[in-house]
Amino acid sequence: MKPKESLLIKWSLVISVYLFCFLLLVLPLINVFMEAFADGLLAYWNAISQDHTLSAFLLTLKVALIAVPLNTIIGILAAFLLSRFIFPGKNILLTLIESPFAVSPVIAGLIFVLIFGREGWMRPVLNFLDWEIIFNTPGLVIATIFITFPFVTKELLPLMQSQGNEEEEAAILLNASFFKVFTKIIIPNIKWGLLYGIVLCNARAMGEFGAVSVISGHIRGKTNTLPLEVEILYNEYNSVGAFATASLLVLLSILTLIIKSILERKINTSTLEPSPNLTQDAK
Amino acid sequence: MSIIIKNLNKSFQNYKALDNINLEIPEGNLFALLGPSGSGKTTLLRIIAGLESPDSGEIQIAKNESDSKNSQPTQVGFVFQHYALFRHMNIFENIAFGLRVRPKSFRPTKQAISDKVFELLKLVQLEQLHNRYPHELSGGQRQRVALARALAIEPKFLLLDEPFGALDAKVRKELRQWLRKLHDEINITSVFVTHDQEEALEVSDQVAILKSGRIEQIGTPDEVYNQPKSSFVFNFLGDVNLFHGRIQDGEAVVGNLNLGKAEDLNSNAQEAVAYVRPYDIEILRDSNAGIPAEIKHIHSTGRNVRVELYRPDTGTFIDSVLDTPSYKELNLLPGETVYLRIKKAKVYTEDFSI
Repeated sequence: MKPKESLLIKWSLVISVYLFCFLLLVLPLINVFMEAFADGLLAYWNAISQDHTLSAFLLTLKVALIAVPLNTIIGILAAFLLSRFIFPGKNILLTLIESPFAVSPVIAGLIFVLIFGREGWMRPVLNFLDWEIIFNTPGLVIATIFITFPFVTKELLPLMQSQGNEEEEAAILLNASFFKVFTKIIIPNIKWGLLYGIVLCNARAMGEFGAVSVISGHIRGKTNTLPLEVEILYNEYNSVGAFATASLLVLLSILTLIIKSILERKINTSTLEPSPNLTQDAK
Repeated sequence: MSIIIKNLNKSFQNYKALDNINLEIPEGNLFALLGPSGSGKTTLLRIIAGLESPDSGEIQIAKNESDSKNSQPTQVGFVFQHYALFRHMNIFENIAFGLRVRPKSFRPTKQAISDKVFELLKLVQLEQLHNRYPHELSGGQRQRVALARALAIEPKFLLLDEPFGALDAKVRKELRQWLRKLHDEINITSVFVTHDQEEALEVSDQVAILKSGRIEQIGTPDEVYNQPKSSFVFNFLGDVNLFHGRIQDGEAVVGNLNLGKAEDLNSNAQEAVAYVRPYDIEILRDSNAGIPAEIKHIHSTGRNVRVELYRPDTGTFIDSVLDTPSYKELNLLPGETVYLRIKKAKVYTEDFSI
């Protein structure tokens, strides 16, 4: 390739990627805030200080705070199991873990309705225990866990497979306990992939619509999460309310990204290597 | 501390990796496990280390009197082929790891750990690099860090898996001489795996040669090289020429040359193969002397001259190596027909196909 040619390719790529990013990512985001503030600051404040909006905000946080840590722990264990051991049914397990990606979220929600709903086969047990899962917070948590289950494992598995287990064997031969091997060798080696998996998992947990929509019953102030609240407001032609609520979701995402970069910096100063870019390139 | 291995067997699914291994590694020995890939040498090393468990058989680690008062578990130093340094720790932390993860009651003080690490860094000549990360080091340096890390826990014996396999030829030579010197200094029972016969013969006190999960021969480098028990060992330990012949009155005959008794003679054998090193083939101009052959190529490597010959009667090629003075004296030219005499041969009735 001639130098001139490669320069041309480089700049046309730069321009087209920037253009796409602006049109598809930046413009809609700006639009969210423009619509939210269309009637002024006061209208925006009124919209987000509604009781329904506030309770949806808290419910979204609550669901994410339960689902994300749980999926992180199980995700690490599953990736460790799949990358380090040979056992019968390994491929089936892998497919199972990935299946939430393949199933439409609406179907996923429906499955839980069929299990826990009025006609569901778990009904007698739930009646006996006097538990309500469907149209209640536990249902939302279960559906969110289901939908976001694969993120951490999917992120870690290729990383752990490519790293191999020699460092762990070396640590074991230096008489390190399993706990020490886990905390001093395994976790530091996968930290960037793990952080990225958690961010993806969290973004999906907060933004999930389909499965949650089926299972929530849309009881405002009780089982409505932020995405569901946005939909209801929008269908009521309350444009300012819908976009103001949507802006809360955007702020939550931005907050997640800020926490991620703070963590990155913190880990980076405690250990100089590897840089976050390096590990993310390796994926 | 010596290591005794008795009737060890190991299979992976249908593949027999180790087949009834018996081995004794004497105290203070630098012992080589030599064999081609797939011979089971690495599996054997991993079993000694405790990374794999054998299907049957046992490994006895004989403790000295002085060791028995130490209630710590038997310490194994293991050096991996690709070093397996902890990539997120610097060199100091890598070497200190084995001491830092000890249970509190056995853990040395911070100062003692630091002293030990610097003592080891001095031993492997890497004092300046203590705060570097593994990826900033060359292959040879990483190898020495891996060795220092293994030695930090004061192991009772040291195991090395292809310790020089991933290094370039020059570094490999330097490092193996360095390892020999280090071994003589610290005098710790060591076992290393290699597929490089030169490496095994040059460095080790004793060699075990493995083939398809079995031990073919155990001995000092001199023994295995000069008295190979099987054609495999002979062939594996250096360049070789093959001469097919018959057994007459218990002795092998190739053409009109009598090459003596077979190493593994059984009375029924009719055929024999003579294995001859290139420097044991003498080139003569006297037509009575032996096997006629035509000179194809002559390569001079400075000190030696390698002559490639063609045998018209069997259609095979033969390599001969002679020193420069005798080459000059003979005044050989390509295309000439000369006669070969075999100075020394090992005869085996089993045929080893190359």
